[in-house]
Formats: sequence, C-alpha cells, structure tokens
Amino acid sequence: MHIANDSKNGLDSLVIPGGESTTLLKLLESGGFLDRLRDFVSTKPTLGTCAGAILMATVVDNPPQPSLGVLDIHVQRNGYGRQIDSTIEIASTQKLDGPPLELVFIRAPKIIGTGPGVEVLATRRGEPVLVRQGKMLAATFHPELSIESRVHKCLLAMARSQ
Amino acid sequence: MLKGGVIMDVTTAEQARIAERAGAAAVMALERVPAQIRAEGGVARMASPKKIREIMDSVSIPVMAKCRIGHFVEAQVLQELGVDYIDESEVLTPADETHHVLKHDFTVPFVCGARNLGEALRRIAEGAAMIRTKGEAGTGDVVHAVKHLRAIVQEIKMITVLSEEELFAKAKELQAPHELLLRVARDGKLPVPNFSAGGIATPADAAMVMQLGAEAVFVGSGIFMKDATTFASSEDSARRADAIVRATTHYMDPKILLAVSEEQDVAMKGLAIATLRESDLLQTRGW
Repeated sequence: MHIANDSKNGLDSLVIPGGESTTLLKLLESGGFLDRLRDFVSTKPTLGTCAGAILMATVVDNPPQPSLGVLDIHVQRNGYGRQIDSTIEIASTQKLDGPPLELVFIRAPKIIGTGPGVEVLATRRGEPVLVRQGKMLAATFHPELSIESRVHKCLLAMARSQ
Repeated sequence: MLKGGVIMDVTTAEQARIAERAGAAAVMALERVPAQIRAEGGVARMASPKKIREIMDSVSIPVMAKCRIGHFVEAQVLQELGVDYIDESEVLTPADETHHVLKHDFTVPFVCGARNLGEALRRIAEGAAMIRTKGEAGTGDVVHAVKHLRAIVQEIKMITVLSEEELFAKAKELQAPHELLLRVARDGKLPVPNFSAGGIATPADAAMVMQLGAEAVFVGSGIFMKDATTFASSEDSARRADAIVRATTHYMDPKILLAVSEEQDVAMKGLAIATLRESDLLQTRGW
C-alpha cells in the first residue's frame, strides 16, 4: 500500500478494487484517507468493483457499515452467498456495445436498489450488476478477471473526455 | 482471490469479531490454536461444525477451517457446512500417510502447506487454489517461515534459467508435474498465490515475510495467546491484531513499522524451533 501525501497528484481516474470491504474501510479510516477519497470520487471518473462498489454506495446492508456514500445505490454485502456460491455468468448488456458480457462473481454484493440518477448498464437475472451515475461506475463482479476490457474502456473514455 | 491481508486463527466468536474489527481479510475457525495443540497433545481433528458455524454467523469476512491431511470426508463436511476455504493442514494429525485430499473434487477452494517448490507443485496438481509456506506452527518462532519462503522463492528463480532438458530432470528431482514446472519457469511465479504461515508473532515478522514475497500472512497463536496455554486479554489481542494488520499493509514503510512495533506490548512467549525434537515438528507432515 502506498500513501498519497498530495491530493493534487495528477491522477485522472481511479479504480477501487475488490477485497474485503471491512478491511478496506478500516485501513482507509485509520489513515484519515476516507475524506480525501470521497473528494476525489465526487469529482473524477472512478470505477469500483465488488468491495469497491460497496465502498461507493450510499446504503450498505448485511451488516450495515459506513461508506463513501457517493453512488446512489443500496447494496447487500455477500448478497449472492458465500465463497462456494461464487460463479461466472454471461449477461446481456443493454448499454455496452458488443457481445454478452462475462461476469465473475466472488462473494459478490447485490444491488437491491438504485436512485433516480443511476443508469443500469448490465443485469444478472434482472438485477443490476453494472451501474453508472455521473462519473462513477460500479460493478458487483470482477471485470479484471475476464479477458475482455469493455468495463475498463468505459472508465478510460470518461477519463479522456474530462 | 484472497490476497494481501492477514488471516487470523480464532477459537471463539468473540475472537473472530476482534479479528474482523482489526481488519483481518479472513479468519481460520479452530477448536484449539496450534500452540495449544502442541502443548496439550492428543489427536487434533477438524473443529466441531457447531463451533465453526458459530464463528461463521458472527462475522461477514470469509471463514476458513482446517481438515486433516488426506481426510476427504472432513473436507466434504466442511464444504457442506459452507466454509469459504479449507486448509488441508499439517497442524492437525494426518489421516492418511500417503495421499492428500483430491481437491479437484470440491468446489470450495483449498489452501495447502509447502516447504519447497516440489511440495507446492504437488499440492497445486491435486487442486490447491492457494499455497502457504509451512513454517513451524504454534511456536512464535519465525525462522522456518523464513526458511520455507526463501526456499520456494529461490527455487523459482533457479527454474527460470533452466533449459528444456534440464526442466525434465528438475521435474523428476522435485517430484513435481512437468507441465506445472514449465509454467513456473515461464512465469517466474507459482500459478496460485503464495502465503506465509507458521511462527509469525510480531508486526515485524509479518512485514518481513511480506518483504520476502509472501502475498498474505497467516497469524495463529501470536494474537490471541499469552503463552501456549493461556489466552491474552481481549484488549491485548485487539491491539496485536491491529498492529499486525497495519504492518502487513505498510510492510515497506519503516516509519509505520516502528509506530506499530511501539504500540505492541510483549509478544507471545514462544518456543525456539531449534530446541524441538524432530518428532515434534509439524512441518514434516505432508507428502
């Protein structure tokens, strides 16, 4: 882990990766980093995947925990079950051009509610798994574990058009 | 994949909650920690499902549990229980003197111990999704955690410079599958994450194995034990757990390592591995 001392560090965009959201939160809080991260995510293109999506959500359940509270979604942690319920699915993408998208879910959170400003880009059996609100993009799956890069290209496109 | 954090041994729901609050990436649900097993003796088996379930119900982070080496039915029981990972562990008394569990038969991922590259590749061939170097569990002495991690890192480096015919000979020498060895030679790393375990007791120990190339750290008796038979207080355990997590996260930053080392009170008393009899070693279990 590296500690960014300067908030004007020239970063154009950010990926908040997966992991254990309780662990991420603990380390972010202990470093006083949470507020600086919230400022960045509020203004610059950001992609949160899995635990990253949990950190960005306004409401977190199962159990409730603090978050950046910037993306207007309600998430349920481990919403699809434990490790043995982890799965790879293929989903149609209403909003991304190209073939169906591979979704790798590992102890994934479930989005159980979205606010009015949130656009749903992909769904799993009717439930949102990839959403966008302004410059924020959140996936409950792990796009970095699939060969294709459409989700990351989405983030880069937002970073370029700033 | 579970990477870059601390996995803590716990024996109660309260310890599991302390671990979670400290920022553990997962907990290992046990009946007794290795230091207790070592002190009390007897046959060490899979923890009771009731105990594991109690721990699973008390935290939201992943829960691991151990089965005996080769005991595929303990593994079936643990999978049915819904644990997130199974550790086929030398800390428990082996159930088979020749075979390990065929881990490809399971959907739950396994972690297995190894002391060298050959052992690691044999476990991966059987289906292990993660490797941890064994060290010597329950001692609080880091010396063999270091020895085994260095051995694997050095063997991998050497493999990368071997020619094709040398790799055939090497596979025979290591008693490892040739196709896995080719992959290690090509990538310069194991095809699965490599964690460190067995004797890590202080924040500096944790940072040391991270600097040596471990991708996560298992801490057993070092957090919740005062010595081999008595538990540390909840406050001391919470402080130690917090310090180990911060040291593992900031393992390259001596300023933070100093700060967390200062906060730490005395570590567990420990047992020097050099004074143990050969027959008391757990690391030699596994084939």
